[in-house]
Amino acid sequence: METFVIALTVFILATFLGFEVITKVPPLLHTPLVSGSNAISGITIVGSLICAGGGFEAVAAILSVCAVSFAMINVVGGYLVTHRMLKAFRKSRT
Amino acid sequence: MSLNIINFAYIAAAICFILGLKMMAHPRTSVKGNIISAAGMLLAIVFTLWDREIVDYRLIPIGLVIGSGIGAVLALRIKMTAMPQMVALLNGFGGAASTLVAGIELMTASARGTVITDQFTIAVAASGLIGAVTFWGSYVAFDKLQEWILGGKPYHFPGQQLLNVTLLVACVIVGVMIVLNPSAVYLYWILVAIASVLGVMFVLPVGGADMPVVICLLNSYSGMAGCATGFVINNNALIIAGALVGSSGIILSDIMCRAMNRSLFNVLLGVLGPTEGTPTADAIYAGKIKSVTAEEVSMLFDAARRVVFVPGYGLAVSQAHHVVKDLANMLEAKGIEVDYAIHPVAGRMPGHMNVLLAEADVPYDKMKEMDEINPTMSQVDVAVVVGANDVVNPMARTDPKCVIGGMPIIDADKARTVVVIKRSLSPGFAGIPNPLFAMDHTLMFFSDAKKAFIDLIAAVKAG
Repeated sequence: METFVIALTVFILATFLGFEVITKVPPLLHTPLVSGSNAISGITIVGSLICAGGGFEAVAAILSVCAVSFAMINVVGGYLVTHRMLKAFRKSRT
Repeated sequence: MSLNIINFAYIAAAICFILGLKMMAHPRTSVKGNIISAAGMLLAIVFTLWDREIVDYRLIPIGLVIGSGIGAVLALRIKMTAMPQMVALLNGFGGAASTLVAGIELMTASARGTVITDQFTIAVAASGLIGAVTFWGSYVAFDKLQEWILGGKPYHFPGQQLLNVTLLVACVIVGVMIVLNPSAVYLYWILVAIASVLGVMFVLPVGGADMPVVICLLNSYSGMAGCATGFVINNNALIIAGALVGSSGIILSDIMCRAMNRSLFNVLLGVLGPTEGTPTADAIYAGKIKSVTAEEVSMLFDAARRVVFVPGYGLAVSQAHHVVKDLANMLEAKGIEVDYAIHPVAGRMPGHMNVLLAEADVPYDKMKEMDEINPTMSQVDVAVVVGANDVVNPMARTDPKCVIGGMPIIDADKARTVVVIKRSLSPGFAGIPNPLFAMDHTLMFFSDAKKAFIDLIAAVKAG
């Protein structure tokens, strides 16, 4: 129960922090914001790695390789595409 | 490696994510911010590999290589115009990964006979539900944006809302059953199956122009799914990162809804509101439409000092953003001041137009937000509306009862002359005629956007 309360506290504080930080982002950068925050949601890679490295039986093993692949698509694709877009904005400063 | 050091690494990763998002507040710092955020992710991945729970390293490289490869190819090859689809797709993968992780955790916990807490099972059920809805919802959104199987139209059938509520209730019931009986792993996959149907059903009624809201919402869901997975494996990095993304998506969907003067509920149900009492297209357009050629528009530019482009989704469809910039360069060379007026929901995702124009090297200080440009619209000599319709429809101001009544719009009609580049007089997503097209100072340039700009460039050169 104690760990749950701590986790819940972290969750609530992080949500408020998210609101504060995100409202400062101008509409100009909303697309990179969506793709960049999308890449952050790829943090589920951490869980996927723990599953894939746990030494499990066949079904779980196959599923965990899928989980790692999916999360990595999310992480690598998300950060790269965000970088591509943001670079275009920086370049456009004349 | 000791658990403490790994946990410190997770805190560091979370700080990187927060800093990265914070630096997204300005184009100057945003590139660095994204790199810091990515570095945080790398840190989290590397330190996870040191975790004591990881005993077998044979499978991990396979997944890492496949995922990184696909992700990199997607990111580098996607066209800027297709960015909404790309984001939908990536969201879906994140949701799927969360669903799988929760499922595997439940499978192993019951196979190994570990003591299972309620927190664990509740989080597993939440992760499965949100993750599956995210994956299938994102796929439907992707399909609609790509206009593959479903096309861009909203789908309605009788009892749709009742079905969705039933599906959601069914998910909750199965979720409770999982909590009461955690060893029955098959229940989890039943939950995932029902949630998958729910995911498909919830995006089906949403139409193309409402996609910005759905993209934001799915973004939020993928964060919340990650967050739920964080509760499953008791990991603060997942909880913090998931909460950040969750709140980000919620804020953005709220901004999008406000920009359309509609409620989130309304958008999700695909309801546009009453259309009665709206004058017919014939009554508005009859005998009042003036069509022009590229040469005539070019003469307008000769007499202009300030020109504003108002882009919409049509710009993305015809990939006209580069030629718009070429024309703008020519006008600027003649000493004309050129700006771009961008409506918050123009395009298929928030900021879609900004990204396109940035790709075409338009300086970002020339992209004006609606509230910034509207007060000065009356000093604009020529407003060129390209591929936009509902976001410049003055009925939103004048007729509070119409479908888009009260929606904030770009006041293109207040410019001295308005040129509308459009293929035909067909209505926009709202399905109502646009009195702007019939105004005395409006000229219709019937053409595909890209072709129109190529013709205009030729005409300005010749003039």
